[in-house]
Parts: sequence; structure tokens; C-alpha cells
Amino acid sequence: MGLVMGTFSVQTKPVTYHKDTADDDFEMTIVCHRPEGLDQLEAQTNFNKRELQVLYRGFKNECPSGVVNEDTFKQIYSQFFPHGDASTYAHYLFNAFDAGHTGSIKFEDFVTALSILLRGSVTEKLQWTFNLYDINRDGYINKEEMTDIVRAIYDMMGKYTYPVLKTDAPKQHVDAFFQKMDKNRDGVVTLDEFILSCQEDENIMRSLQLFENVI
Amino acid sequence: MAAGVAAWLPFARAAAIGWMPVANLPMPVAPTEKNKRQDEVIILNVSGRRFQTWRNTLDRYPDTLLGSSEKEFFYNEETKEYFFDRDPDVFRSVLNFYRTGKLHYPRYECISSYDEELAFFGIVPEIIGDCCYEEYKDRKRENAERLMDDQEDNKDAKLPNMTFRETMWRAFENPHTSTMALVFYYVTGFFIAVSVITNVVETVPCGSAPNQKEVPCGERYTVAFFCMDTACVMIFTVEYLMRLFAAPNRYRFMRSVMSIIDVVAILPYYIGLVMTDNEDVSGAFVTLRVFRVFRIFKFSRHSQGLRILGYTLKSCASELGFLLFSLTMAIIIFATVMFYAEKGSSSSKFTSIPASFWYTIVTMTTLGYGDMVPKTIAGKIFGSICSLSGVLVIALPVPVIVSNFSRIYHQNQRADKRRAQKVQKARLARIRLSKAGSSSAFLHSKRNGLFNEALELTQLPYKMSLSEQSSTKEEQHLGKSSSLLESQHHHLLHCLEKTTNHEFVDEQYYQQSYLEGGLQNYPPRSPSLSSQDGVTGTCCSRRSKKHNTPLRNASAPAHMQPLTHPQTHHHGLQELSTIHIQPLSTSRSSLNMRIDEPAPLNCQSSQITTAIISIPTPPVTTPEGDAHLPTGPSHQNVVKVSAL
Repeated sequence: MGLVMGTFSVQTKPVTYHKDTADDDFEMTIVCHRPEGLDQLEAQTNFNKRELQVLYRGFKNECPSGVVNEDTFKQIYSQFFPHGDASTYAHYLFNAFDAGHTGSIKFEDFVTALSILLRGSVTEKLQWTFNLYDINRDGYINKEEMTDIVRAIYDMMGKYTYPVLKTDAPKQHVDAFFQKMDKNRDGVVTLDEFILSCQEDENIMRSLQLFENVI
Repeated sequence: MAAGVAAWLPFARAAAIGWMPVANLPMPVAPTEKNKRQDEVIILNVSGRRFQTWRNTLDRYPDTLLGSSEKEFFYNEETKEYFFDRDPDVFRSVLNFYRTGKLHYPRYECISSYDEELAFFGIVPEIIGDCCYEEYKDRKRENAERLMDDQEDNKDAKLPNMTFRETMWRAFENPHTSTMALVFYYVTGFFIAVSVITNVVETVPCGSAPNQKEVPCGERYTVAFFCMDTACVMIFTVEYLMRLFAAPNRYRFMRSVMSIIDVVAILPYYIGLVMTDNEDVSGAFVTLRVFRVFRIFKFSRHSQGLRILGYTLKSCASELGFLLFSLTMAIIIFATVMFYAEKGSSSSKFTSIPASFWYTIVTMTTLGYGDMVPKTIAGKIFGSICSLSGVLVIALPVPVIVSNFSRIYHQNQRADKRRAQKVQKARLARIRLSKAGSSSAFLHSKRNGLFNEALELTQLPYKMSLSEQSSTKEEQHLGKSSSLLESQHHHLLHCLEKTTNHEFVDEQYYQQSYLEGGLQNYPPRSPSLSSQDGVTGTCCSRRSKKHNTPLRNASAPAHMQPLTHPQTHHHGLQELSTIHIQPLSTSRSSLNMRIDEPAPLNCQSSQITTAIISIPTPPVTTPEGDAHLPTGPSHQNVVKVSAL
């Protein structure tokens, strides 16, 4: 009889089975990271205690577990650019912030990178930027990497722009970039070439100082 | 503004350094705070309970009371705190909203007091988080229904000016509205009962005096019964006609179940009147009389419970159907088995499988009449299995149906789920609109000509402003509160514009420039577009040569459709798929193609020009006859500042 009843189940409405994702979430919240002490961070970075406090409060607010993974990072960054798609650029940023390639950013990584970007010397900033562009970390920026980066930046603009974005706009941009940066015309930009060329450009120098008083 | 992640704005701005070497143009100057003050703690005294929070926390939502300058009205100079004479318990939720970005609805709170507090603090209830939203909506709906019921009860007492027809209809539907209605109600009820009893008594054998055979009363007192029947049918007919006359929507009334029951109840009589003489159809006539029993269903107008039962049976139809289906299968299986088991036995009553059906049904429902009994051993074995399983089969679906009944009964009290669906959609639309507001805020600030690349920005540029010329709501909103956060965010977006040498524009302007200029479109990755094989010139005009571009009735017969771009609101426009835009005399048919889903990206479109073009002015288009660019809300003049 049970067999008979079992065969009747074809008549019932389809039942949806929810995959239980509670386990995954539970695992995530177990991972909790506390940063080193305030004094140590102050010594390691160029921020003072008050600034570190402000930074940490903001950090912890978004990431109570103490670490940021890539998805959260992309989500946060995308909120600042509602027009377009910031996820690709956020991906590169994430890799640049995640110095140890652990797959998640802890507060120390976060603050170290910010310290360089906001309070570092020009050389340090340029070095960091070079690191950002050099996607495969081989010490050279080639055209493909640069095109990826520029395309990611253009993606953040979204669809509705003036003038209308053309398909080859990134490529033109990259060509102009290489024109400027690649001194020996070997098709790649090394760190020294990069730093040298940037130091020659007034605009870039000026713009690097733009965000000094961000905190 | 991404208020929830306001704390991460410094990070976003720092990350902008990554764009600097790529940019060709100089960046705008960053906005600085006029008086850079440390983040301070402000005290909110709500009816004696003191809440403290950072000032920045409240500034995250500048369009609420606490986030705007409206709170200054509540500032107490002596105690240096903001005093609100409101409920401190609900204020907890309000303040948590600022802190976490999520608004929660506490279950113990009364819905109307909560709504009032939210309205006071300028918070839209739609942003209640998903965890609490359903509860909130349920409570709100219950409350609304309760209020409506109260109103309806009050309403019944009033309403002096109603037409006679409306009065009649109301009398029919609610018998307690007037005495006449009540009388009518009881009279019809009485006659229904009389009619039913008549039908029953008609068949009772009355004592027969001289005749040998027992005769049912109906045949003995034919005239009496006929008069009774006639009277009842008269009453029912009059009632039906009156209802038909009074019904606001006659067609709908005629289709309703009750009216069908009415018709079926009185029809046999009339049919009987018509065909009294013909002997052949008297058999059919007798059958028709069966339908007179449907008069008993007329009682359902008098009984609410009966109506609910009928409705729940209708809703349980699938479960009942399943029960029937499973029973049928069981019956067939067991009948077959019993038939073959009893086939050998002589004088077996199990003459065929359909004959065994009767045995199976009687056994499975544990009736056990005993008119058919298995005689072989195998038959007895299977018969016992049949009766044992019969208990199970009958007993199992019954709780299902009972629980269904109780569920539907409770559901009957509340409103449909379908209405909730619509509200959900409206809510999502509202949330989307408020998010769109954040992206359009940037565009509005630009449009007001407050950007000036050449000038040094030393003060918050957006505060000066908003001239009286602006009339749209968004701009008023902008002028009300442009926090430092907003200006920094806008500066960041402006840097991005400089880096890529393109500007953010809104959809209409984009369409306009799209049509007037080049057509080779850059397909961004996520919002999908279709790319075109454009041919003609580019639209990459230098900024210096721009001029006011009033909304033109360009003759381009194309229409655009924003597809999956989530931030923009939807127009009902169409998108071009493949065009070859020669001068604008292309056939309309190919251009008016509609795309309903995102076309696959075509990133391999051929690259045409490589040089950076500078076309002085966009090609002058001669408007041809059939212009119609959808003119949306009046497009403000976009003032382009001549760049360096």
C-alpha cells in the first residue's frame, strides 16, 4: 500500500527544496579577526590614533567579522558608483589591497594601503599604483593589463555618458598612456619608467596630492 | 548617496589615486570643510531617555528629520541637547536605522503608533528590512481592514440618498438594515423550508383507505401539493426577479452561483408546466423533479457558515481530487486482485472487475454490508489486506483536508496574497526610485552649473545655490541638505569623469547625443546593450566647442530602451539592434525593432577610427518629417563650461 501511495506523489505540487545556506553563514561569522593594538598600528602607519579609530569604526560597521572578502568589497565599492559597474575595478583594487593574497582583507591590510595612499610619499604612491596596474605581478605592465584596467575604469562610467563611449575608447586611452610612459618603446612599462614618467607630468603630480586631507 | 557605507568614502577616494596616472586631464580640486570639526557626540533626549550618537551617523540620511537642519528646532541651548517629546521605545528603532542602515519593526509595537513616529522623523516605512517587512504589512492590512469594517458599520446607518434600486439591493444583501428586509428574509426562508418539506412529504406513503396499494401522499393529495408547489415557486420567481432588478451589475449577478441555484430551483416547475401531456417525457419529467431539492441550497444565503463551507470545498478541490484519485487507484487494484482470486470459486459473486468495485468500496470504507464475501483462501487474505489498508487510505487524506480547511478559513479572514504581491512590487519600485535618486543627485548638481573646473573650489559648492529657477523636487531636495559627504562623493565621481574624459549624463541627454552623433557604441559589461555596426562619424566633440543643446526634434526615427540598467526609470522605448545609419532616411521598420531581453554583447565589433577625433560641431541634421523623439519632462539647458 505504501508503494501505491508513493506513486501517487507524482500528483502533488512540486516541492522546492531550499538549500540550507545557514551553515555557510555560520561558518563565516565564526571567522573573526581582531587587529593588532592601536599603538602598533599607529607605529606602522602614518595615521594618528584618532584617525585609526575613525577608520576602524567604519570598517567594523560594514564587516563585523573583521575581514572583508571580495564580494563584500565589491558591494561596498559599487555603492559609490551607482551609474556603472564597478566590480571589475573593485576586483583589481581588492588584489592590490590584499597584499598577502589571502583572499580577504584584514584591517591591517586596509590601513596599510590607506596609509600609503593618503600619507605616503610620492614614490610610495606611484609604487602602489604600479602594483595595482600590474595584474599578474610580474614587474611589467603590458598593454593587455593596462587595457583591462582602463576598461574597468570605463565600466564604472556606465552607459549614459557624454560623449557616447566608443568601443575603442579604452584602447586609445591605453595607447596614449603607453606613449607617455614607455620610454624605451619595448611594449612594457617597468616600475622605473613609470615613476619617471609620472614625475615628469605636472597633472599627475598635482592630482596625487589631491586626497591628502581625506580623513 | 551610499549612506550605509559613508564611512568607506575615504577609502573610495583614496583608491581613486589608481586613476590618476591614466587620466589625461587635471583633476578638480577637492572640497574641503569650512570648519573641520572633530566628529562629536550629540545627545538626543527623547522624553527623558538620553541617546548619544556621533553626528556623522545622523548625517547619513540627510532627508530625514535627524539628518537635516530640522533638528535644530528641537535644540535646547541650556542643556546642549536635542529634546524630542516622543516615545523612547520606538525611537530606539529609529536610531538603529541610522546606525545600521536597516529599519526594523518591533512586533510588540502598535502599528499606528509606529507609523506616527516614522512620519514624525521623516522616515519612509518602505525601507523596513525584509526581515520585518512582512509582519509590518500584515499588521497594517489588518488594521486597515478593521478600520474599514468600523466605517462600514457606521456607513450602514447613514446614506440618505440612495436610489430605490440601491436600497433594494442593500436590503437583499444585508437583511438587518431595515425591517422590510428582515421580513423578506424570514419569509423567503420560511418558504424554502416549506418547499423542501413538501418535496419530502410528497413521497411518504399516506394511508390508503379503500385502495389496495399504498399511495404516496403526493398522488393522493395532488391538488394540495400542486398548490403548495405553485405558491413556493411564485415566491421564488418574484424574489429572483426582484434581485435581478436590483442588482448593480445584472450580468455578473446572473453568472453568480446563488442565482444559478435559484434558477435551477424553479425551472423544473415551469418545464413541468410546459410538458404535462406528453407521456414519453414523463420519465424525464420525474428526473427533473429531483432538481427541486436544490432549493435547499438557497439556504446558503441565510447561513454564512454554509457559504464558507462551500468556498473551502472549492478551494480544497485539489486535495479532494487527490483523495479521489488515490481511492480510485486503490479500488481498481484491489478489485482486480479480488476478482482473480475469486475467479476459481464457484457461485462467486465477483462476476467481473466492476462488480468487485462494489466489494472493494464497501470493504475499504469499513462498511462491510456482507452482500459480497470472498470464499477462497486467497480471496480472504486479499480481502483482509484490503480492509486494513482501507482504514489507512481513508484516514490519511482527511487530516490534510481538515488542515486545509482551517488554513483557508483563516486565510479567508485576511486579504489576498495577490494584493500583497502588488504592494511588494510598488515597494520595490519606490526603493529603486530612491536609489536612483542618489545617482541622479550627481547629475542634478552638475546640471545646475555648479561645477567649474577652472575655479578653485574653496567652499562647499553646492550650498550656493539653488536658485529660484530650479523648480523640480530633486533640486529642492539637493538645496536643502548637501552635506560634506555628498560633495566629496560628487568630487569623486567628477574625478572619474576626468579620468575617462567622458561625462555622466542622464538618459534623455544620452539619447539625444546618441542620435545626433556617432553610433558606435561602447558596450559596457554588465548592463547589456547591443552594439551597432555604426559607420558614420564619431561624436567625440571637444568640450570647448560645446554649446547649449536644446531638446531637438531630431528626425531620427529611433527610440531607445534602457534595458537592464537598474538605476534609471523605464520609458517604454525601443532599442536599436542593428542599424546602418545612413542619413536619416532609413526605413523605420528595421529601426523599430524591439528587444525584450538583453542582446548578447558583441565586444568584437570592428574598430573603425583610431585617431582621436575632434569634430567641431555635431553634424547638422536636417529634420525630416516624422520626428518624434519622446519629449520627457522639460530638459533643462545643460550649460557646458568651456574647458581648458
